Amino acid sequence: MNFYSDNESLKFYLNHPEMKKAVTLKEMNFADHGKYADAPANAEEGIEHYDLVMDLVGEIAGEVLAPNAESVDQEGPHIENNEVVYAKGTTANHEALRDAGLYGMTLPRKYDGLNLGYVPNVMAAEIISRADAGFANIWGLQECAETVNEFACEELKEKFLSRIRKGDTCSMDLTEPDAGSDLQAVRLRATWDEANNCWRLNGVKRFITNGGAQLHLVLARSEEGTTDGRGLSYFLYDKADGGLTVRRLENKMGIHGSPTAELVFKNAPAQIVGDRKLGLIKYVMALMNGARLGVAAQSVGLAEAAYREAKVYASQREQFGKTIDQFPLVQDLLRDMRTKTDASRSLLYETARKVDITKSYEAIMKTRSLTPEERKDMKENSRIADALTPMVKLMAAEWANQTAYDSIQVHGGSGFMREYACERLYRDARILTIYEGTSQLQVVAAVKGIAGGTYLKCIADYDAQIEATLAAGVENAEEIKAIRAQLQKMTEDYHKLEEAAKQLEVSPDRRLTEALAYIVMGYLLLLDSTRCGCFLESCRNLVVMGRGEIAKHMACVMA
Amino acid sequence: METKNQETFQIVVLAKQVPDTHDVGKEAMNADGTVNRAALPTVFNPEDLNALEMALKVRDSIPGAKVFVLSMGPAKAAEIIRESLYRGADDGAVLSDRRFAGSDTLATSYALSCAIKKLGDVKLVFCGRQAIDGDTAQVGPQVAEKLEMQQVTYAEELVNATREKLTIVRRLEQGIEVVEAPTPLLVTVGGTAPECRFRIADRMLKYYKAQMPSEAGENLAAAEEMWKERPYLKLKEWNADDVNPELDRLGLGGSATKVKQIENVVLLKKENVNVPAEAAAIEQMWKDLQGVVF
Repeated sequence: MNFYSDNESLKFYLNHPEMKKAVTLKEMNFADHGKYADAPANAEEGIEHYDLVMDLVGEIAGEVLAPNAESVDQEGPHIENNEVVYAKGTTANHEALRDAGLYGMTLPRKYDGLNLGYVPNVMAAEIISRADAGFANIWGLQECAETVNEFACEELKEKFLSRIRKGDTCSMDLTEPDAGSDLQAVRLRATWDEANNCWRLNGVKRFITNGGAQLHLVLARSEEGTTDGRGLSYFLYDKADGGLTVRRLENKMGIHGSPTAELVFKNAPAQIVGDRKLGLIKYVMALMNGARLGVAAQSVGLAEAAYREAKVYASQREQFGKTIDQFPLVQDLLRDMRTKTDASRSLLYETARKVDITKSYEAIMKTRSLTPEERKDMKENSRIADALTPMVKLMAAEWANQTAYDSIQVHGGSGFMREYACERLYRDARILTIYEGTSQLQVVAAVKGIAGGTYLKCIADYDAQIEATLAAGVENAEEIKAIRAQLQKMTEDYHKLEEAAKQLEVSPDRRLTEALAYIVMGYLLLLDSTRCGCFLESCRNLVVMGRGEIAKHMACVMA
Repeated sequence: METKNQETFQIVVLAKQVPDTHDVGKEAMNADGTVNRAALPTVFNPEDLNALEMALKVRDSIPGAKVFVLSMGPAKAAEIIRESLYRGADDGAVLSDRRFAGSDTLATSYALSCAIKKLGDVKLVFCGRQAIDGDTAQVGPQVAEKLEMQQVTYAEELVNATREKLTIVRRLEQGIEVVEAPTPLLVTVGGTAPECRFRIADRMLKYYKAQMPSEAGENLAAAEEMWKERPYLKLKEWNADDVNPELDRLGLGGSATKVKQIENVVLLKKENVNVPAEAAAIEQMWKDLQGVVF
């Protein structure tokens, strides 16, 4: 089994027309070509590289990670002599990906990385999550390397980046007992130790994913007497230096492969990442968007797994003399699962492309100043990325839960039993709407995009693209026109909804965000349908669902 | 790899590209009963992958060791070399020439042994126990005979490796056997040995455009340009003259096997019979079998 090559949507998004621009920017116009054996010469080669690496990720996900998922779920990690010992399958997963060179692959070639863009990074996260959503956290925390690469001094980069590339595990230690969603309340102390020329960390961290990791990025209060986010700095701590106790592991509902630890730091030596006082307000905020997109990718991967489990089961299970996938009510369930997964994925890669382009511009800015056009383009992409990230986190995570729920429904009584993967997927899915910002906090983050008109601008752009494509001639033109007309009507209804919302004392932000999400995803699937007819069914179905949802929101808000 | 001041230690892996027997359709056989190779997708012979893994493991434990993969076949066998490079092999070559066509195990092992001699001081040769398209398990042992090397067959596990000797677990019908054998040595590796490691991302990106001259075809001029810039992308392709053979020992002419007739075997019985592990049941099975005309 190869979880990349058996899913044609992935190749489709890797070959999206905007990817050539993304690769060209990421490769800084192919400056590494000739200097490094694995650097591409042009955009086509760059995309071939992405395709090759995804094929390898897909092979290991299908051949190693997925077969291990059940035993990892049952065994889970444990503590032994202050070390977190992974389930045997987790260790095997980690070693397979490490040996294949699939950690730290977005790092620059200077640090032995593959300089892969953000889109293939998100895609790898999706593929790995389809195999084992819990393990995706352990693999995904290599993202710490990105933070070190972006913000740390050269000395730290030299020292740690190649270690992450070689598979040293990482964790982001942010949450504390009294600082969860509100990270400004972090209390873990960092004090300067003049004699030893290092910082010392003292305090407790809680709910730390992969807390037994070798390398930790720790958010700590470096400015005595402060109480808000401006007194926090970011530190890199190496477990080999001592001073850390893994006090306990949480006994969780799902994602058992991913250890969640309570950590006690006692005079633990650490080095500062970047500048003092910017820990929360700059560095953690920067990685938070990446972490949210990571959960969105995890959600899409998990939903894909849940859908496939249901589809296979429904095609084999016979009742009343035929397989149950021949009954309209089961077909409805499967169609909705497929639609939500396709829609989430389309929004996921649209967002990832915008992040990819933004990050590349940021990297280019460190080598030269941008032209006015480039600066404008960067700002535009960055603004859209910031708006779409909470939207995709919200929708993909909620829908992954619904899809996992429906997967059990298709399985009937069998799905309630531990023997079937859908039972594990259902438990694993539950955290997706909670961590890296709850669904409610995603709505709060989306408000800026609502008030600033970013979503509506995206919608107008998409509509203009559809118009241009129709003018140039396209397959299924009549149906595309019809769906476009419905999306335009939905957009009109949204304006009415927004107007009515202004009259309310408390703004119905979630309703507004979800209404916009249906329109945005509807347009994205319609744009996909202009390039491949395979998305038409999901697009049609999503628009029907969206019209119903918007009508419901209007009824509630205008009542 | 750092090899300075290290005496080289040459390891060869013999690997064959074979039809993928998981996916055999009606076109798999020609009217005359021979295999229609063009119609079949090809794969790396599975046990040769086990052999490659064992070779890489030895290489990783002996400083200065290098793994060279050798495959005999048409131009598309270059895929075997690329796959091996992705997984960590240091170099490789395809032995490709119409004069090798029609080789049986005798002629194949002769051609391969000539190619190994061309490489000079080879200390270890690894190959799969047998190929899934022929199932003879003869080529490995015959190569060892021709090179006058010791041989260990049916290897399952590498226990230890030094420049002087290997310690190997053999998987036999009756059980296992642990043997020590001095180098130079040929080892045939069975399917119960550890699976081959996965491809390595960096190496895929480095080598995926590697080609042999005959693969380049019409694009040879462009390929030559690329090879000037990136010489590691040119794969070695050897013809018969490159390996100094006695020409009459090659191909069909050098083969002792003559195919007289090919018969389609049709299995008449389709059901399975479960025989319980009881004396009476086994007695009955013996009686039933005596009644069957083979």
